[in-house]
Amino acid sequence: MPIRIWDIPREEYFVSGHRLCPGCGAGIIMRHLAKALGGKGIIAHATGCVEVSTTYYPETSWRIPWIHVAFENVAAVASGIEAAYKVLKRKGIVDPNKDVKIVAVAGDGGTFDIGFQALSGMLERGHDVLYLVYDNEAYMNTGIQRSGSTPFGAWTTTTPVGDVWIYGEWRPKTRKDLLFIAMAHNIPYYATVNPAYITDLYEKISKALTIKGPKLIHAFSPCPPGWRINDDDTIRVSRLAVQTGVWINLEYVNGVVRVTTPVPRRRPVEEYLKIQGRFRHLDKEAIEKIQAMVDEYVAKINKLVGKEVIGPVER
Amino acid sequence: MKSFHPRLLKPGRYFMQGNIATAEAALIAGCRFYAGYPITPSNEIAEWMSRRLPEVGGVFIQMEDEIGSIVAVLGASAAGVKAMTATSGPGFSLMMESVGLASMMEIPAVIVNVMRAGPSTGIPTLVGQGDIMQAKWGSHGDYEIIAYLPSSVQEVFDMTIKAFNMAEKYRVLTIVLSDQVIGHMIGKLVVPDYEEIEIIDRELPDVPPEKLVYPFDNSRLIPPMPIAGAGYRVNYDSLTHDERGYPSVDRDVSFRLVSRLVRKIRENEKAIAEWEEYYTDDADILLVAYGCTARSAKEVVKKLRRENIRIGLFRPKTAWPFPWWRMNELSKRVSKIVVAEINMGQMLHLVREYSARDVEIVHVPYAPGYMPPPSYIENIVRGVYGA
Repeated sequence: MPIRIWDIPREEYFVSGHRLCPGCGAGIIMRHLAKALGGKGIIAHATGCVEVSTTYYPETSWRIPWIHVAFENVAAVASGIEAAYKVLKRKGIVDPNKDVKIVAVAGDGGTFDIGFQALSGMLERGHDVLYLVYDNEAYMNTGIQRSGSTPFGAWTTTTPVGDVWIYGEWRPKTRKDLLFIAMAHNIPYYATVNPAYITDLYEKISKALTIKGPKLIHAFSPCPPGWRINDDDTIRVSRLAVQTGVWINLEYVNGVVRVTTPVPRRRPVEEYLKIQGRFRHLDKEAIEKIQAMVDEYVAKINKLVGKEVIGPVER
Repeated sequence: MKSFHPRLLKPGRYFMQGNIATAEAALIAGCRFYAGYPITPSNEIAEWMSRRLPEVGGVFIQMEDEIGSIVAVLGASAAGVKAMTATSGPGFSLMMESVGLASMMEIPAVIVNVMRAGPSTGIPTLVGQGDIMQAKWGSHGDYEIIAYLPSSVQEVFDMTIKAFNMAEKYRVLTIVLSDQVIGHMIGKLVVPDYEEIEIIDRELPDVPPEKLVYPFDNSRLIPPMPIAGAGYRVNYDSLTHDERGYPSVDRDVSFRLVSRLVRKIRENEKAIAEWEEYYTDDADILLVAYGCTARSAKEVVKKLRRENIRIGLFRPKTAWPFPWWRMNELSKRVSKIVVAEINMGQMLHLVREYSARDVEIVHVPYAPGYMPPPSYIENIVRGVYGA
């Protein structure tokens, strides 16, 4: 039976007073991650927005043991913590039956780019760690520079608007796809979550925490200043991402892919693009190109699942 | 007569940010490739380059990390394009392996390190001067680099052009040790007429590509650099290599190569090193400061001179090579030296090493992430002077 909104615990372990921007998607994700952990476990955090804005001296929003490490090595540090617990349990210092949840959190820069090597190593070695990436599709903490996750056509400060960056040879065509990266590493659990589908998000994080081995959760995380959206449009843009097929909520468990939010009739991708300032410069041709890219990716996922879970565009 | 691209920054007077001046200077110096990775407080350089490089026919790429950035720069430079990257403390640490790599393969390149407070992630948005020693000693083995210490927007512009020139002239990695204050300072910039700007390009072999060339010819201190992109068949190797570029474990080969890598800078240090002196002629107390700290130090000298305190300022403009002979001469004339910098004692070691034995050396340690205000240095100087 699926989780209902009142099944989510009321206790808060990611508390108010943090300095995240109004409307930050990452705040919603972290709050529910902390709820799923139930105030237990250890969080290792890569450099990023959430790290700098939730732990600013003299306060912290985390009611959970927390460690910040350098930008590129959160997965490596989480691996070390997990290995240390194995030793502590073996020596009898920690009760061998105690289940200590270790979570690594990083943004898209710390995952897709600089932290990729450490992530791949952690997944390959099979550490019992949940790795959660909050993907706001650029380096928002340093001032909106493009990352390996920035979608085609988006404005960033290092992909300024102009012919060179929209149609030039250096423009990234498609972003890295974590689903296939996770599949290539043969990990027991991978899921995509979206703050507009909060019960789904909570359920997936809770489920991941019960599974042994390396787990990867990819979270959609709207950024009002970076995406040039209104503070109150976070959930709207998150829901539109799913409804247009730009983002697909899915789950990969032991080799089987399942779409958890089927979309029988998709909305045109233009609706998702037009409320974001970072896509404002796109002309009709570019929007059609993005629509074609989304269509192609949806077809790929449908083929993977084996049936049409994401339907055609309805205009 | 060199030709300048019509869309470079025109000669004239500007009110410009230090980081943007750095980027514009690099373009004037002939830089046409930039590979970088976002890091505060150097981001403006990458952002400006991403916009400006395509306009002047260059290429900007954002890499997956700083290790990739510097190595992409070395690749581009080996292929024949002047290239640079910009970073700050943590990124500079990641680049360290390639500092040695560039030195070993003698590939000219420029790193702009906009220093921030450290260690580790430190304070990304605030200033530090803690990378002075790392710039020279960060990579393993024996090698020499050149490092500049700009102290104003104008200087960061001039020194970036000079950094490219020196890199090309000596086939060496050159580092501009800017800092957060200089990088984010908006100040006056005068771009001189292009004819007045000296641009040096690397010396190319005078034999055609199909002929045999020795890219690491030990008979010359700085051998001409064959360009892979121009058709030369070259073999660059980070292993210890002979004059052809092939790896070798021969003791003579190793000693000859490492000696030359070091000698090409050490024997030219008097031509490369630069410094500024302010009221040092009759000084009894010598203040040593550089970068943004020198701005506070200069103010202290001005104020104390009005009280007839015989104080002078020695400001090295190059950290490496350090103008040690001048330091030594000055130390013999003064009774006390005060070293002010935003770290817990780095240039202090150089001052100690090269000063006369009987001179008293006092350090002003300061690492809160801010520039020391003139009053802070002044209080310490007064304590030393006994006034």
